[in-house]
Amino acid sequence: MGRRTVSVAAAATMVLGLAACGGDDGTPTLTWYINPDDGGQAELARRCTEAADGAYRIETSLLPREASAQREQLARRLAANDSSIDIISLDPPFIPEFAEAGFLAQIPDDIADAVTENVVQGAIDGATWRDEIVAVPFWANTQLLWYRRSVAEAAGLDPENEPVTWQQLIEAAQSQDKYLGVQGIRAEALTVWINALVTSAGGEILENPEAPADEVQLGLESEAGAAAAQVIEEIARNGLGGPGLGNQDENGAMLQFQGDRGSFMVNWPFVWAATLAGVEGGNLDQALVDDIGWALYPAVAEGEESRPPYGGINLGIGAFSAHTDLALEAAQCIVTPENQAYYMVTNGNPASNTEAYDDPEVRESFPMADLIRESLEAAAPRPQTPYYNEVSSGLQSTWHPPSSVTPDSSPEEATTLITEVLKGERLL
Amino acid sequence: MSVTQAPDTVGADAGPPPPASDRARAERRLGWYLAGPAFVVMLLVTAYPIAQAFYESLFKYRLTDPDAREFSGLGNYLVVLSDGVWWRAVGVTVLITVITVAIEAVLGFALALVMHRALTTLRPILRTAILVPYAIITVVSAFAWFYAFDINSGFVNSWFSWVPGISENTNWFGEFSTSVTVIIASEIWKTTPFISLLLLAGLAQVPDELQEAAKVDGATWWQRMYKVTIPNMKAAIMVALLFRTLDAFRIFDNVFIMTQGANNTEVVSFLAYRQTISRLEIGLGSAVSVLLFLCVVLISFLFIRLFKVDLASARGER
Repeated sequence: MGRRTVSVAAAATMVLGLAACGGDDGTPTLTWYINPDDGGQAELARRCTEAADGAYRIETSLLPREASAQREQLARRLAANDSSIDIISLDPPFIPEFAEAGFLAQIPDDIADAVTENVVQGAIDGATWRDEIVAVPFWANTQLLWYRRSVAEAAGLDPENEPVTWQQLIEAAQSQDKYLGVQGIRAEALTVWINALVTSAGGEILENPEAPADEVQLGLESEAGAAAAQVIEEIARNGLGGPGLGNQDENGAMLQFQGDRGSFMVNWPFVWAATLAGVEGGNLDQALVDDIGWALYPAVAEGEESRPPYGGINLGIGAFSAHTDLALEAAQCIVTPENQAYYMVTNGNPASNTEAYDDPEVRESFPMADLIRESLEAAAPRPQTPYYNEVSSGLQSTWHPPSSVTPDSSPEEATTLITEVLKGERLL
Repeated sequence: MSVTQAPDTVGADAGPPPPASDRARAERRLGWYLAGPAFVVMLLVTAYPIAQAFYESLFKYRLTDPDAREFSGLGNYLVVLSDGVWWRAVGVTVLITVITVAIEAVLGFALALVMHRALTTLRPILRTAILVPYAIITVVSAFAWFYAFDINSGFVNSWFSWVPGISENTNWFGEFSTSVTVIIASEIWKTTPFISLLLLAGLAQVPDELQEAAKVDGATWWQRMYKVTIPNMKAAIMVALLFRTLDAFRIFDNVFIMTQGANNTEVVSFLAYRQTISRLEIGLGSAVSVLLFLCVVLISFLFIRLFKVDLASARGER
């Protein structure tokens, strides 16, 4: 072997060696930007990597905890055409903005049909923008009414069998001298609450969400808007939300509900898994779990439909990804009913695919599985507009603190502010 | 600094004295060669971003809607300056700045005196102890203060419930006055060491002979403080106040962590952050940033002009 051959061979070995360090055997690596959870998405990434049998490998990259912070990071990266973003765990309200900006790769019709089969309507709506499926529904969240059976009984309510209204809850909590669990913090949680109240009263926050920024019409200055404001006003004025109402988030509401003065609470199903974990860890009593009941989200007026909040996560495919085909394939693997059932059982986040609700483990871990499914079908999404962030922040700044909300002025203030902000005439 | 000194300073900065020798010229050129690279780097890292921000501020530009970008001249400034949100943020920022700087100046001076007078053996320990808060990253200290006062996780309510006005149900972050009090308190706790360190350096510069002469003349402690110590460390005091004022005016972390601007606690930096980062309105956000920059320039200008601070003498160059 000549000297030259040796050096070529050595160079070749080095190149191969480096390739092995960088990407194993040249398998394309897909990066999945995930929101924080209990490790479920990382496990799904592992499972789908295994199932791909060498076609691709999925790696996860963690986004911040707050939904708004997730949006900020993703928007900045995508605006810079970041090609490392292959799959994105996206909060549904931000999907129109991302789709409109061209941040999401198109989803071919056949795949769109496949990933929406047996999926609850709320999740399909959340993944749709301008009549096209732009994201793959993954898990779908909805809020339920959680209550302490003992308190409800003492107050003469039976939420399990008879739908309840906010007014009934207010009176019940008041008569029993207990706190009502709601989210009054100046954050996305407040918008979720306002939206549920307005839609349940038969209104809409935005009447034409698909309109351009300067033509968007708000529907808050209506009976529905006033009814929503009245519920918030009454809870805040009577101190029913507790002393920390103005900065109470979902977790704060849960802790309050688990305490001595807990009565009723609207919250996502994660509270069930968290309460069970609290009992297991010895922080909470089993008696508490036995006392907890669940029912459909309260309605604003008697006889009217309840419109529970809708949330969850859909999977977007990065428009600048070098492997959009593989990313689509991987997303389909991630959202199979089996994987959704696994995710629901281990991480407490409800599936968007109705088949997952037949899984025996899901039924065992979630005695309220059918109710969650029913609630998902009735759920109302938050306004779907590319300007969602402005609408939500505008609501938060005019309807916070809850003690400042009144039916006379709050809907008008929010309408003026949001309209002017969308026209670019005001700061937010 | 006396008025007669001013022309000297101006003359030294403005240009060569009339008969410049070859040697003086060569030295000046060498000076430029030596300082030139640093000057260029300074321009790149400070002037360029400012110019870029000013340029961006002339456009209506949203990051998620780049196609709709359009030139709007000074329109963004008009929007900002005619909006109550901006003026409220300026008001809150000025309030926080004035209160924190005033309290820190007094506290910092007291701590500096303690450090200055402390026994030699005690001095290193004392200085370290006083400096600890300043060594903590602002975000971390903001979280610590937030969790201490938070109604759910905090211990302040249960420890201090014997104090009138504080009970188990006091929601510190529920209204403006209490939120801003916690923000100001954490700011003071965090940065008093900085001001006291600068003042300590000033104290060390006061000549002992002057103190002794005043003592021999029968001056009391207070008289010595007012007639000898403070006038001799005026430059150090002003530099400390200037630095802290600029720092306080740019307050961000505490507000971001503790209230996210709720209860009208929004400050100017946070407003700029929200327009640029949350709303992705690059044009509007840049306009707020440029205005914030102008405020900072104005503060520096006022301090240097009104208080006649001579930075060169504060650095001990003259």
